[in-house]
Amino acid sequence: MMNAWLPYVLCILLFSVGVYAVLGKKNLIRIILGIVIAEYAVNLFLILLCWKKGGEAPILQPGAVEQVMVDPLPQALVLTSIVIGLATTAFLVAIAMRLHERYGTYDITRIRELRG
Amino acid sequence: MIELYILMALMIVGALAAVEMRNLLSAVIAVGVVGLGLSIIFLLLKAPDIALTQLVVEIVAVIILIRATLTLKDSGEWLGSRPLGSLLGALFAALTVWVGIVAFKSLPAFGEPLMLVSRRYLENSATDTGAANIVAAIILDYRAYDTLGEATVLFTAVVGVLTVMRRKGVKEHGGK
Amino acid sequence: MAGNDGEAGMTLVVKTVTRLTVGLIFLYGVYIVLNGHLSPGGGFAGGVIIALSFMNLFLAFGGKRAFEIIKKDAVTALESVGAVLFLGIALLGFADGGFFNNFLPQGRLFSLISGGAIPLSNIAICIKVGAGLFGVFLALVSFRGSEREGK
Repeated sequence: MMNAWLPYVLCILLFSVGVYAVLGKKNLIRIILGIVIAEYAVNLFLILLCWKKGGEAPILQPGAVEQVMVDPLPQALVLTSIVIGLATTAFLVAIAMRLHERYGTYDITRIRELRG
Repeated sequence: MIELYILMALMIVGALAAVEMRNLLSAVIAVGVVGLGLSIIFLLLKAPDIALTQLVVEIVAVIILIRATLTLKDSGEWLGSRPLGSLLGALFAALTVWVGIVAFKSLPAFGEPLMLVSRRYLENSATDTGAANIVAAIILDYRAYDTLGEATVLFTAVVGVLTVMRRKGVKEHGGK
Repeated sequence: MAGNDGEAGMTLVVKTVTRLTVGLIFLYGVYIVLNGHLSPGGGFAGGVIIALSFMNLFLAFGGKRAFEIIKKDAVTALESVGAVLFLGIALLGFADGGFFNNFLPQGRLFSLISGGAIPLSNIAICIKVGAGLFGVFLALVSFRGSEREGK
């Protein structure tokens, strides 16, 4: 019975590691790593939801009839979400590098004054 | 599905290593380990499209993050945690886990999805679109608006990066 | 330091291996895109693989030589071309009655030319994703900081 929800629990543990990194760390790059980890956990959660016991990948095979397949809809949504995640990560890194150039550090407690 | 649990435990260890490791470059490589484990999990969960995409996207993400750690000579420093923020972070992480565990009681059990909408896609996609890959049929035919929105977000992110990383305007401003 | 990201390229071993494999990586990306409606893959993964083959060239042979061939403006223009192509395919759906309608004949299932407009959309998405990510990569890697020291 416990087995039925154990993957979800492990997935949210991964998410909570990301939350901890975002809230608790000083280094800007480490905060970005936390955001990336949380994003992976969310993608994994959606794919865990769509797995079906004994199901096959949602690709039709020639000659096969009555294939049992996993749910293709979350897979399609996650496919776009992964690429968006990469683009937003690149944007975060760009902002972090620009901040580093201005302040000479990634320490968020020293990036205080709004100037420039 | 014992390999699934082993891989997920490995991913959690990798994520903890990425958060707590002193060297920033090692932390980025640990995130790479998490992403590659994620790719193998996608393959185990019968999602080959996403496994392929995750694999290649992970490589690009690691390249970009390594570029950020190499930006200047002192950027690899270990800055530590904020004491208050660290406590708060642990608290919020525990709260997230608790809310998640409560919420999971209302979800369908692992391995038994509802598939209310996608049953129709699975039955009709061969006659509706003529594509053998049902995921491709969904993202480019049934739900192409979603892909259009994704393209917009990607375009905005690229424009944002090119704007932030520009060289000319800042130089004029600084020389003033 | 800012200057150590391969102005002159990497060692001879890396250059030789890159010269041998980069064509195969590019070809694999094209295969993934063109078979996106039959097998795993599609425009997203294929576009990133094609962008990765160019990134491989860039990292192995150094920025100076790569910038003689590839211009950043051309890459961003290519990304816009991809977006316009995708929108154009969406608008051509009006020929069949609505936005994003599949206006081409379906063809035979499991053959390369099937799925109506899906392969064309895959190609458009591939151009868009590949050019966009490569443009981001170029902007991040070639960033030297704005020369503000003498202000």
